[in-house]
Amino acid sequence: MLRRRLNRLLGGDERRVDSRTIYVGHRSCSATEAFIPPKFCDNRIVSSKYTVWNFLPKNLFEQFRRIANFYFLIIFLVQVIVDTPTSPVTSGLPLFFVITVTAIKQGYEDWLRHKADNEVNKYLVTVLEDGGRIQKESEKIKVGDVVEVEEDETFPCDLILLQSSRDDDTCFVTTASLDGESNHKTHYTVPDTEKDLESLNATIECEQPQPDLYKFVGRMHIYKNDQEPTVRSLGPENLLLKGATLKNTQKICGVAVYTGMETKMALNYQGKSQKRSAVEKSINAFLLVYLCILVSKALVCTTLKYVWQSKPGQDEPWYNEKTQREKETNLYLKMFTDFLSFMVLFNFIIPVSMYVTVEMQKFLGSFFITWDKDFFDPEIKEGALVNTSDLNEELGQVEYVFTDKTGTLTQNNMEFIECCIDGFQYKYRDASSELDGFCVTDGPVSKLQQKAGREKEELFLRALCLCHTVQVKESAEQGQGQRDGLIDEVDGLGVDGEVVHPLQEQRGFIASSPDEVALVKGAMRYGFTFLGLESKTMKILNRNNDVEMYELLHVLNFDPVRRRMSVIVRSKSGDTLLFCKGADSSIFPRVRREEVERIRMHVERNATEGYRTLCVAYKILSAEEYAQADAGLREARLALQDREEKLMTVYNQVETGMSLIGATAVEDRLQEEAAETMEALQGAGMKVWVLTGDKMETAKSTCYACRLFQRNTELLELTVRTLEDGGRRREERLHDLLLEYHKKAVQDAPPVKAGVTRSWSSAGQDYGFIIDGATLSMVLNSSSESNSNRYKNLFLQICQNCTSVLCCRMAPLQKAQIVKMVKNSKGSPITLSIGDGANDVSMILEAHVGIGIKGKEGRQAVRNSDYAIPKLKHLKKLLLAHGHLYYVRIAHLVQYFFYKNLCFILPQFLYQFFCGYSQQPLYDAAYLTMYNICFTSMPILAYSLLEQHICMEVLLDNATLYREIAKNAMLRWGPFLYWTLLGVFHGLLFFFGVRFLFSNPALQDNGQVFGNWSYGTIVFTVLVFTVTLKLALDTRHWTWINHFVIWGSLAFYVFFSFFWGGIIWPFLRQQRLYFVFANMLSSVSAWLVIILLILLSLLPEILLVVFRKPRGPHARQIAAVTPLSYKHLKERE
Amino acid sequence: GEINKTDQHQYYNEWIFGLEKGSKRIAAMMATSYNAKEEDGHHSGASSHGAAGVVKSKKPDNTAFKQQRLPAWQPILTAGTVLPAFFVIGLIFIPIGIGLYVSSNNIKEFEIDYTGVDISNPCYSCAKNFSWNSTTPCVCSMNFTLEQPFESNVFMYYGLSNFYQNHRRYVKSRDDSQLNGDQSALKNPSKECEPYRTSDGLPIAPCGAIANSLFNDTLELYHIDSNNTRNTIPLVKKGIAWWTDKHVKFRNPGENLTAAFQGTNKPVNWRKPVYELDPSDPDNNGFINEDFIVWMRTAALPTFRKLYRIIQKKSNTTPTLPSGKYVLEITYNYPVLSFDGRKRMILSTISWMGGKNPFLGIAYITVGSICFFLGVVLLIIHHKYDTRSNSADIPN
Repeated sequence: MLRRRLNRLLGGDERRVDSRTIYVGHRSCSATEAFIPPKFCDNRIVSSKYTVWNFLPKNLFEQFRRIANFYFLIIFLVQVIVDTPTSPVTSGLPLFFVITVTAIKQGYEDWLRHKADNEVNKYLVTVLEDGGRIQKESEKIKVGDVVEVEEDETFPCDLILLQSSRDDDTCFVTTASLDGESNHKTHYTVPDTEKDLESLNATIECEQPQPDLYKFVGRMHIYKNDQEPTVRSLGPENLLLKGATLKNTQKICGVAVYTGMETKMALNYQGKSQKRSAVEKSINAFLLVYLCILVSKALVCTTLKYVWQSKPGQDEPWYNEKTQREKETNLYLKMFTDFLSFMVLFNFIIPVSMYVTVEMQKFLGSFFITWDKDFFDPEIKEGALVNTSDLNEELGQVEYVFTDKTGTLTQNNMEFIECCIDGFQYKYRDASSELDGFCVTDGPVSKLQQKAGREKEELFLRALCLCHTVQVKESAEQGQGQRDGLIDEVDGLGVDGEVVHPLQEQRGFIASSPDEVALVKGAMRYGFTFLGLESKTMKILNRNNDVEMYELLHVLNFDPVRRRMSVIVRSKSGDTLLFCKGADSSIFPRVRREEVERIRMHVERNATEGYRTLCVAYKILSAEEYAQADAGLREARLALQDREEKLMTVYNQVETGMSLIGATAVEDRLQEEAAETMEALQGAGMKVWVLTGDKMETAKSTCYACRLFQRNTELLELTVRTLEDGGRRREERLHDLLLEYHKKAVQDAPPVKAGVTRSWSSAGQDYGFIIDGATLSMVLNSSSESNSNRYKNLFLQICQNCTSVLCCRMAPLQKAQIVKMVKNSKGSPITLSIGDGANDVSMILEAHVGIGIKGKEGRQAVRNSDYAIPKLKHLKKLLLAHGHLYYVRIAHLVQYFFYKNLCFILPQFLYQFFCGYSQQPLYDAAYLTMYNICFTSMPILAYSLLEQHICMEVLLDNATLYREIAKNAMLRWGPFLYWTLLGVFHGLLFFFGVRFLFSNPALQDNGQVFGNWSYGTIVFTVLVFTVTLKLALDTRHWTWINHFVIWGSLAFYVFFSFFWGGIIWPFLRQQRLYFVFANMLSSVSAWLVIILLILLSLLPEILLVVFRKPRGPHARQIAAVTPLSYKHLKERE
Repeated sequence: GEINKTDQHQYYNEWIFGLEKGSKRIAAMMATSYNAKEEDGHHSGASSHGAAGVVKSKKPDNTAFKQQRLPAWQPILTAGTVLPAFFVIGLIFIPIGIGLYVSSNNIKEFEIDYTGVDISNPCYSCAKNFSWNSTTPCVCSMNFTLEQPFESNVFMYYGLSNFYQNHRRYVKSRDDSQLNGDQSALKNPSKECEPYRTSDGLPIAPCGAIANSLFNDTLELYHIDSNNTRNTIPLVKKGIAWWTDKHVKFRNPGENLTAAFQGTNKPVNWRKPVYELDPSDPDNNGFINEDFIVWMRTAALPTFRKLYRIIQKKSNTTPTLPSGKYVLEITYNYPVLSFDGRKRMILSTISWMGGKNPFLGIAYITVGSICFFLGVVLLIIHHKYDTRSNSADIPN
């Protein structure tokens, strides 16, 4: 008994690895075995991170995991423990502020999550249990419960559809909230389940939860009294996902298979990895430098302190005795605490406020993208969307642009252009000229040219009408309940005119791919109208206004590997027909040779014109053939493992020996301003790569149309076709070609100066490179490891020397592979991927910056992108204007922050040489604390949000300006050194200027003297004014906000100083600054030295601005924007 | 990103998918809820016919701020604009500098070191034989001659060298509450005063190292007139401290000083308690003694001077200190040799810019000249540049 249990348990464990068993309604299947309900997680969704109890520790722990926060915490703790020069408040307050604000923000977010969680978890659902209907809270649903869902409700967990109120055992679902696809998807009940769910005795075996929304494999065993259980296969079409909404169906019943955190929706919640921008990496590098400066400063001071103290009488003169405790402390411990004290004293050099300011800048700055009305698209009534504000500045650093073709470069707004039936061309356009000898097209289409034989034509049109997965939108009856937003995507027919049946005006088609809609609509123009699919019967209205009925037997779904789809239908007359449509490359090998030649020509010509071509083939299945195919398909669909592969083999078996009946050409128009945008991107020094799944000819013509390839561009082709040309082994040919191209494009090309991107209009030959998916995989996965690496390098080098690269016939994963390869290549260039469809998600996630286009292929790309824009043309402004400005802003922000803290702390460091290395702070604690928080933070924040060193129009007009900031130009070591030297210069000037003034501390006209706090206050005043005015000097774009903030913070500093020194502060044992500031202002000398030092500090800066001259080949364009020649720009205007 | 109730569920879904796991910012939150709203708008749009409303809410506002088109002043720093500025700066700075330099030079200053390091120094023996315990003060006299008469008020400073009044341990060793007359602080001085906080179990008033090391040399000045008689020069001991310090920051704990300081001890190195600093003048006694206040303002650098006395100008006809022989009589109480320090007495007149310091004048003249010079250079460059850019424009 025990052993059996154990076995079962172990067995169960084993089973858990690949599948789970669910007892529908918790009814055991066989009476013989005791029913042990398996354990699954409950249906509670927990998206919140914290509870009331663990919020504080957990949140604090997470915050202090950030290296910067941890550093500040350490500094704070040192201040608390060790006797340090500054009070713990000085660093504790800002840290506390930052931590609190972050905690409040995260707490609020989590509270929202809790609220949302509760909303979902406490939602009442109807569960069928023990013959009754029970209302249950959603979180109490267990796996195996039979749940009833009504129209417009969302599914509380992942359900297997058992019963639908619709007659045809289907239900409609929208998954807008899951993947953004707003069309209605049809889901099917499990066949042969009993109507009476109470008596249904079944188990479901299905795979363990996995996040892929479109994959589900399962098997249902239905037990009927003592019969052998019937087995039904379950696929994604039977699975209703949590989060999806029931539509057009009154109610359904389903059994819960995945609950709570195991639902596909929850599994998809796994966040994507966070992208870090190059600027952040620069900050970290600079931080390291400053950390080194900090440590070395502390070390120098500690060493000097002990050297100084070793002289007699210095360490402990009679007037300044140590306390008993100090005397007793161990020397080495004392040295260590001294070192820590110096660290604390100088720690302001790494400002906690920089992180806050950078965060704020990014967060607030990203609003300008969403607010930009130029990104608003009246068609979809949406503007840009910012999913992450971390990467704003990365938009100004892009070197490689990877773009999808369909829907990105082109509109994905398909229009049926022409078709070719049996070698004859039919074009639906009025009075187009004859295109080739044996084919004429003119006149209205209702009268087809009698060239190809009526039978063939009708067969072709029927094929178009049948071979698809288009749904007819039932607008007449149910239209009112529908949202009209659908119409946009549905493409009502009325728009196109030439409508035969007025009733159809309201008819719309819904399909996952716009090609299909275009084809069905095309067929309609020729007189064959698809009326819809009802209970497995497809209805077609033919030219004679008769309704033809076809029983839909199987749909062999489209997939990007096969690149074709088929349907098997049975006509009224009993013939079983297979219609197949797909890419020429996948159809031609499967049809008779002699048919191919007649059509290939058309297909190729259409492709070069930039049309999307599909070939249509059919075959009549004999009874045995069909039986065999049917059995194969059913078996494959039932398979629990490797179902995909098995299905594929069956598909491939069935789709052979067909006869080609024709081809279609569908136009996909270029996006608005696609060419201009591409030209601008190239002008900005970006390399544009087109990655598409489309065929080469189509993609090439699109590239020409987008001016990615120019007339004089020499194309280097590396495709299956060129590989097969030589008649040798592909590998050898690949090797030769790669070497040849490499010689051409890399070795013979004029040497390019390092760091300078090649001018796009330079005299040298432009190269374009074309590669297809098959060849790419040969390059990447070459037989031998060494070859592979070498090929990869050659390939990369060639590509880097080409103005544009076209990669066609790419699988989605290959797109990501290419992005990854370029991303990791030498110099790790910044990459940007832009796409609109689910197939672009991988490359969007892979690239440094992922841009989604709010196109027609659902919202997955948008959801996974970092930024989403409605149209391709918006990319230009996003990169050239926004990206450029954001980069300049944040780069300046970072450099300025380091600068201002260096010249803040340097005088304090120098002061140690004059105060016996005793860690005496130069500035008062209030100044130390407030410097970064209040006195100097707002102007730089305003600058970093509002600065437009070059106005947007100029940026957009002169794409070359983008090159000025390429390769992180403003955050390289050069500029960093400049800023650091500037900081050092200012620091030295401030300190020694006042030092020489204080050689006689009698600075007032009444002979009274100033003390150390006056010294510090004068230095600090000079400091605050200088760093603020330095920023003012850098500001090229003075809005009222800049004025307000810059003059405001100076005024605030003065006001604060008066206030802080004007009162005897209760509860403070030291009134160090009492009237120090006021007394300082009463001294003429102090005024004079402040003015002198400010002016002297800014003098080099002013000179530099004036002397800076435009250089390089684009001098004129640059000249147009450098301050010196703004004048000229104005004159030109 | 306000989320109304009907959006809640949608919002939730958006949340799950739209949000990153870790530190997603509010931006994303707002973005997603925005998104959620719009999708919901799609769902309900047709039934409510609210399409126009949806459009309105989603179209970005066309405000200057949001479109980054705020009217802005774009200053252009060109040689042309900077040039006059340089000339102006030069023209202003050079006269100021000259003025400063001249007035600094006009200030008469006399300095005498009375530390007594050399055996020739009259104070040598006082310095050598210094003992904390001696009850009789050691007095020494220094003779000196003023070559030039000192007109107007003369200020007498004492200067100390290598005295680290700005040492951290020293600077913080005070209790401003106590000095402000706070009773509780008087009896319970701040811990910062250690090790000068208590003595013999009683709190020290004033506590701390600064107070403890109060400069207590007495300097007296005599003029030797032509018939060799010593005329005492009256030294004014008030008006040497900041007015605010004397009247606000420092306050005695009570009217009756002896009673007020009952229960406290004098600083260990002092010879007399704080309420006997100046018994002659109750307005200058206790914490509000000006010598004490001046000492309590810690100096910025290890070599410093502090105002000791003021010699008021008597009449318009005679100089305050006529040229001639003088004697400085020092009651030598303050040891500095142990830490290699120096003591000086400084007589100085004062101008509008303070004491003698040529630095500011030289700096102003230098900067002014540099600006002027740069102005000239820029003028040349400006001319050259203009012609060059003009010629460069022609071929295009």
